[in-house]
Amino acid sequence: MLSLTLTGLKLENPLMLAAGIMGTTGGSLKRIAECGAGAVVTKSIGLEPKSGHSNPSMVEVDCGFLNAMGLPNPSYKNFQDEIDTARKGSVPVIASIFGGFADEFSEIAKALDADAFELNVSCPHAHGYGTDIGTDPELVEDITHAVKKAISAPVWVKLTPNVTDIKSTGLAAQRGGADAVVAINTVRGMAIDIETGCPILGNRFGGLSGRAIKPVAIKCVFDLYEVLDIPVIGVGGISDWRDAVEFIMAGARAVQIGSAVGENINIFQDISPCMEAFMAEKQWTLDDIYGMAHEV
Amino acid sequence: MKPVNVIITKVVDETPTIRTFFFDTSFELIPGRFVMVWIRGVDEIPMALSYENAITVQKVGPATSALFELEECDSFGIRGPYGTGFEIKNGSIMLIAGGVGAAPLAPLAEKISSNGAKITTLLGARTRDELLFRERFESVGELKVATDDGSEGEHGYVTELLEAQENHDQIYCCGPEIMMKKVLDIVEPSRTQLSLHRYIKCGIGICGACCVDGLRVCRDGPVFSGDVLKKTEFGVFRRNECGERVRV
Repeated sequence: MLSLTLTGLKLENPLMLAAGIMGTTGGSLKRIAECGAGAVVTKSIGLEPKSGHSNPSMVEVDCGFLNAMGLPNPSYKNFQDEIDTARKGSVPVIASIFGGFADEFSEIAKALDADAFELNVSCPHAHGYGTDIGTDPELVEDITHAVKKAISAPVWVKLTPNVTDIKSTGLAAQRGGADAVVAINTVRGMAIDIETGCPILGNRFGGLSGRAIKPVAIKCVFDLYEVLDIPVIGVGGISDWRDAVEFIMAGARAVQIGSAVGENINIFQDISPCMEAFMAEKQWTLDDIYGMAHEV
Repeated sequence: MKPVNVIITKVVDETPTIRTFFFDTSFELIPGRFVMVWIRGVDEIPMALSYENAITVQKVGPATSALFELEECDSFGIRGPYGTGFEIKNGSIMLIAGGVGAAPLAPLAEKISSNGAKITTLLGARTRDELLFRERFESVGELKVATDDGSEGEHGYVTELLEAQENHDQIYCCGPEIMMKKVLDIVEPSRTQLSLHRYIKCGIGICGACCVDGLRVCRDGPVFSGDVLKKTEFGVFRRNECGERVRV
């Protein structure tokens, strides 16, 4: 009832693990696959090994989580083994990749064997990467185009909400040949320790995830669905089955779950039957609820 | 939770390289759980509580060196406690501590002793001066000592005090990973609980930086049963701060 085909990939359900969560070791990705995710996305992988920002790199705030990991990763040269291990979980494995230029993205994509690639042009706190390029539609189009030319696997582009108009970057990704867009990455944010006035994150500022950003993400997905021909994958603050349904009604073909995995690693297998029961009761299919908010 | 500000009330030199920092706030002490200690402007590191209002720290790197600069009335941040603690068992108990690994085991010893358990502690360190919390272990049961340089007790690693036929209801172990791996090779894994050290970033089970294969040290651990660890890369590989797999 929940299975679907997304950019050519067969998914048992539309619930995926989001990038940056439990995505560094093949063993942790495999575990999430075995916990019922329809697909898993790796930690963002770059050209060279990178240790990321100093701690604190994540802190829980009233309404979600702030993080500034700083793209720590072992480099694509040390990552194929992890993807191969993750694939033992028997769901599609999507490699999230990042770079500073189009050539870097395509070099990494060419070197890795994954079921699809998610281009991270939206990390809000790594200088020279992510949002620094993801807010410029021309760059987004160039990078997407370069990767599409380099490989045959599906290419998804993960968008930042830290722009005036997310539709223009979504359209840029589509012009570049993207097979799907993923929205949204974290929302720029900051927390300060009032005992000392010291910013808490090692990087001083970071990105907000969790419940607080769900309405922001829903609106972004809604807007992207209106203008794009390619599928939108929704992400941002999903913590139960109702949230997942809401994203699909906004126009997401599938969704990704991130922060909520910390509290409940079984969230995927918890959501699936609840969604099925809800849809059965309403006599709706996934296709029925897909984009429903645009029709009423 | 955001970090709680704690003010140092007393600093105790335990050994030439290990200090205990007592502070003005008490936390629920479930032995084995850890807190994230934020030295502002420097780093945030995982640390076991050695008392309900103290951490015991060995000077090993930039963050712990910065901590050693702090004195009474200075402050740092703490969030937690996080993770799973030791599962408390009764009967005949063995504790195996290596170096600063004695920090979470001393409060555990006191807790299980109050339940009436019979405790034997194997305590190891590089030298006699580096033996941590010997009085705390002596006061709750039998203590056997090993030092790398032979300055006290058995000359060699603490594992040399361990015999294959050890027949305890439960063994608790914390220390350098190489030592814990050796312990695990000798004892009955299903009756052994080990507390792991890994590079921890988020501390709350989200980022996956501390994973041992699929296990999150910060959330599923840091205490694991030996038979769980036997099936993993524990004792062979760990991840560095980039996530690269490196030999232990």
